Amino acid sequence: MSFVQNFPFFSIIIAMFSGIVSSVLSGKKARAVSIAAITATTVLSAFVLAFCLRTGQSYTYMMGHFPAPWGNEIRAGVLEGLTALLFGVVMFLSVVGGLRYTEEDVEPSKQNLFYIMIDLMLSSLLALIYTNDLFTAYVFVEINTIAGCGLIMMSQTGRSLTAAIRYMVMSSLGSGLFLIGLSLLYDVTGQLLMSPAREAVAGITADGSYQIPLLVIVAVVSVGLAIKSGLFPFHYWIPDTYGYATPTASAVLSGLVSKGYIFLLIKFFYRVIGTETAVHSHIINILFVFGVAGMMFGSLRAIMQTDTRKMIAYSSVAQIGYIYMGIGLGTQAGMIAAIFHIFSHGATKALLFISCVGLYKASGDRTDFLALRGSGYRNRLAGLGFFVGALSMVGFPMLAGFISKLLFATSAFASPHKMLVTLIALAVSTVLNAIYFLRLMIGLYRPTKSGSFVEAAPAAKSGRTGKEGGRPAASAVNPWTMRIAIVCFIILNLILGLFSQPIVRAITDGLAMFG
Amino acid sequence: MSPTLMLNLEEEVSMILFGVGFTMLLLHRNLIKKIMGMNIMDTAIYLFLAAKGYIEGRGVPIMTDGVQDASAYINPVPSGLVLTGIVVSVSTTALMLALTIRLYERYHSLDLDQILISMKLEEEEQL
Repeated sequence: MSFVQNFPFFSIIIAMFSGIVSSVLSGKKARAVSIAAITATTVLSAFVLAFCLRTGQSYTYMMGHFPAPWGNEIRAGVLEGLTALLFGVVMFLSVVGGLRYTEEDVEPSKQNLFYIMIDLMLSSLLALIYTNDLFTAYVFVEINTIAGCGLIMMSQTGRSLTAAIRYMVMSSLGSGLFLIGLSLLYDVTGQLLMSPAREAVAGITADGSYQIPLLVIVAVVSVGLAIKSGLFPFHYWIPDTYGYATPTASAVLSGLVSKGYIFLLIKFFYRVIGTETAVHSHIINILFVFGVAGMMFGSLRAIMQTDTRKMIAYSSVAQIGYIYMGIGLGTQAGMIAAIFHIFSHGATKALLFISCVGLYKASGDRTDFLALRGSGYRNRLAGLGFFVGALSMVGFPMLAGFISKLLFATSAFASPHKMLVTLIALAVSTVLNAIYFLRLMIGLYRPTKSGSFVEAAPAAKSGRTGKEGGRPAASAVNPWTMRIAIVCFIILNLILGLFSQPIVRAITDGLAMFG
Repeated sequence: MSPTLMLNLEEEVSMILFGVGFTMLLLHRNLIKKIMGMNIMDTAIYLFLAAKGYIEGRGVPIMTDGVQDASAYINPVPSGLVLTGIVVSVSTTALMLALTIRLYERYHSLDLDQILISMKLEEEEQL
């Protein structure tokens, strides 16, 4: 056994222990520990990915040396390694990009709590990616929920508290459904580990017994995880949650957390139920319908908004819809497109959330479209970041969003019944995306009423930026950490857009060794 | 009445309780009752698991009188799951209650609709 095979376990435990250690550290030290942990796990994930690419197969890692039916297992392959690597990179850049704002928004005595939540979030995401055990997945889903709730309520405004309680209620519903689903699965199969459960499910399907319980299990688990990731009819907690948290929290929550649940659902389909059973159960069609509905509805609501944060949050509803549409196609190609969109949306949405804060700061902390007019000139780098992110969302060639749309469109041809709906939905949704993003972008580069670009809009009461006489000092608005984060996010978007071939191939290989 | 209905009494009760708890958590406007609903929902799942793990006429899965034969004991796995689940639901409940206290201190209400109205009013005053 190679030493690299220990790395998935190491990365989970490093993230978790840094969270525990941070509880007795000061805010500054907790921050350093957290950034170190994220860096370490990202490097370890890269090693795991390289190892799996070299050996060309996935491996299971026994926890505590108990063999299959009893022990707990980790399973790592190309797809897991790639996802962990990209999640780590996005997490790192979100934390680094939002450093200054976290310092401003969170009370000094609670700084370390914020980073504890980040650490726990990272460890639970990694565990959701790597685990091969359903009950472990449930426990980490709950840790993820609690950490997410902590991140949302960190800024302590009235909005964020109500957003947190809504998030908790919806997430508890989702967790409850997921737990009852896996309890039923345990009853039917007698297994909690994913791979043995798969064999048991195959046996059940072959002799035709327990078909209705199996259908109920697939339905309950899908709906539970769909609620938690904010699929269309269950999305009402998303706008407030993503819109009113601190920038880092918004970027992490919308870019990664909902994706962790979707990854778990994909894993459930491939590794526990088997794609055949999942496709035959027709649950996948329901996911498809709601995914398409979410694409439309999210975009329409985004057009109606006059507040940037809410607009970006509603755009997340639409993007989650894309991913479920890809899963709902029920083909290998659709799944590849969905997974690629998980990556591209994670990179793009985090970029949007981080860079638009720079625009708010240049506009006296206001977030409405009127105040942001001309802010692309007041804060050029943030403007550029937002520009790239928005173009990627719309699906401009060379950027990540284009490749996802291309993959969705090509995968649609493989499933004749859903082809027309998918293509129409893609076209309409792209136009809607373009409407609301381009409207805001034109606003960003438009002179304010007085005809000057640099004049900030009338400052809100809590103008925290030091802007005396028109233009604030660039360093006050853009701390160097944020510049690095925005530039890296743009590069990440370009990498996903320009060098998508190896990534798509890795996803394909990963899916092949996933089941 | 179907004979299987009486055989699976615990499972039926737990499913009914799950439904009750789920509906309460989803639809009730009072935060405390929402939390109660969540606890009923979780407890229903534990009842279901415990009922599924129990085997008529067998003992607690702790070795007694040196009997090593597995057929003397009930299935220990669901009990372990229930214990883990209880730990998880206790922490979630604690977090929800803490949030509820925060909201009550701020808006002097436990009704979620009332809280949302107060929040909107407060924001309008700030503008």
